[in-house]
Amino acid sequence: MRAVLKMVAWRAAFAAPLLVIVTIGMFALAQASPFDPVRQYLGERALVTSPEVAESIRQNWGLDRPVLEQYATWFGNLVSGDLGESRSLHRPVVEIIGDRLGWTLLATGSALVLMFAGSLAVGTLAAWRRGSWLDRAITGGAFANEAAPVFWLGLLAIWIFAVQLDWLPAGGLTDPAAVAIDPADVFTHMILPVTVLAVSQSSWLILYVRESVIGVLREDFVIGARARGLRERTVLVRHALRSALLPFLTLLGARMPELVTGAILVETVFSWPGVAAASVQAALAVDFPLLAALTLLGTAAVLAGNLLADIAYTVADPRVRTLGVS
Amino acid sequence: MPVRFAAGTLALLALAVLLVPAVVQLDQSLVDLRAAGQPPSLAHPLGTDEVGRDVLLRSIYGLRVSFLVGLVAALVSMVIGGLMGLAAGSLGGLPDRLLMRVVDGFNALPHLLFGIFIVALFAPSAAAVVVSVGVTHWTTAARIVRSEVLSLRSRPFVEAAISAGATRTRVVRRHLLPHLLPHLMLATVLMVPHAIWHETALSFLGLGLPPHLASLGNMINDGQRSLLTGDWWSSLVPGLFILVPTLAVSVLAQHWRDRRSPRWRSELEL
Repeated sequence: MRAVLKMVAWRAAFAAPLLVIVTIGMFALAQASPFDPVRQYLGERALVTSPEVAESIRQNWGLDRPVLEQYATWFGNLVSGDLGESRSLHRPVVEIIGDRLGWTLLATGSALVLMFAGSLAVGTLAAWRRGSWLDRAITGGAFANEAAPVFWLGLLAIWIFAVQLDWLPAGGLTDPAAVAIDPADVFTHMILPVTVLAVSQSSWLILYVRESVIGVLREDFVIGARARGLRERTVLVRHALRSALLPFLTLLGARMPELVTGAILVETVFSWPGVAAASVQAALAVDFPLLAALTLLGTAAVLAGNLLADIAYTVADPRVRTLGVS
Repeated sequence: MPVRFAAGTLALLALAVLLVPAVVQLDQSLVDLRAAGQPPSLAHPLGTDEVGRDVLLRSIYGLRVSFLVGLVAALVSMVIGGLMGLAAGSLGGLPDRLLMRVVDGFNALPHLLFGIFIVALFAPSAAAVVVSVGVTHWTTAARIVRSEVLSLRSRPFVEAAISAGATRTRVVRRHLLPHLLPHLMLATVLMVPHAIWHETALSFLGLGLPPHLASLGNMINDGQRSLLTGDWWSSLVPGLFILVPTLAVSVLAQHWRDRRSPRWRSELEL
């Protein structure tokens, strides 16, 4: 337990300054940007608005203040939970995130579970039948999958399962005609995006599981288990897979940025109403408050993922737990 | 066999990218509605898109643009990473620890999200894409160069040069850089497909190259509308032009790595 607490403290000591630096970086970039929010707010009216009115809007928004003061105000608001108002959707950013975060967590969470279970099964299978056509098909497929852009994979899935076979809807959260959110309807809409996200993230995991199970299968305790006459499945799952799994918990944490990237593209392709797709909409509309909040959220998600992976590792590996080595 | 096949495919694509634009000119703004949405045929081997543009020709042009943007972005990230790694490795001590924390920090950022952020604020363009990929991807090169410099620093020939009174710049230029270049070049080659991926992803989201320009991401983005009416070629074909070269590069890199470290290879073959 103390090891876990120490880990949390150590991670937090790194995460907090990093998030502050990210806010500074984002603010500096926005300052350097040639983009003028007042002009954007006025739109076509900018041509007929007198400079005095534009200037008063500028003053009203505090844009005439010194840069440091502007940053301090913005940062203070962020810390107190006021993320500002979205310039494109004209709603508080907190509300938008609140509406959408659940859908993103649902989709990416399901994708993670599917990726986990699927890659373990497929990777172990390839290791067990090493050198066979099945192994070659799996490794070859994993390399090809790694090279395929996730948005292309999404479109391929839409073309096969929504257009050609007409089994599943091509996108959205519910049927366009639906008036209420029906769990069964949401589930059918979830299948394609969740599967595509899981598949696109799974290549490295399949290859990793394959390689480490191959390595473990040569270890003495596995040979011993075989010699004792244990069933092949018991040897494979209880002995080989279990000890091959440990290091990959940390790797899973290191893959968090990729997961965020995948979520952005998959949500966009399938018009999934999550926060990741909202970041693209915010970028297209140059909506700084929303985009900044979502970028910060993405970074926080990566840091939280790293932390969870570390905790899981500490809990799973008795050597780390008792000796405090990591 | 797969290695030769990968090399052959890359050579073929390189030839197409170099020769085709010299022979057939592509009118970027051409629209021919009479030829719109045609499936693959003899006149258009990979079909035409929703406004009648030839998919094969545009894919080749798109690959050329993506490759150029990807190459420049990879070089930018290698230069930044190389300098950072060199500084961290040769200065050591506090600067080294600080720079490595910076590397950790950049690794914790979701790259595409920061790319989107940078591109959004500086108007979508090739330059914005290059900058957004360059400033988020230098950490790999920095790590490679740093660890290499650390191991080189304690070698006798470097110590001999230092004790003979060579200046810091001379040691770096004459003794470190020649050893670092091969590593940096391999890292660049591996970074190019990734940078191409970033360019196409940003273009696909409408945040990359100008929309009329034939780029692979733009083509996939344009094609996704007509995908629902059964036109698979205008969006899925350009994707193959990303997938195939990326796969070929990774096969070659794998082969090269196996050859360089035979111990690892023999362990895998056991």
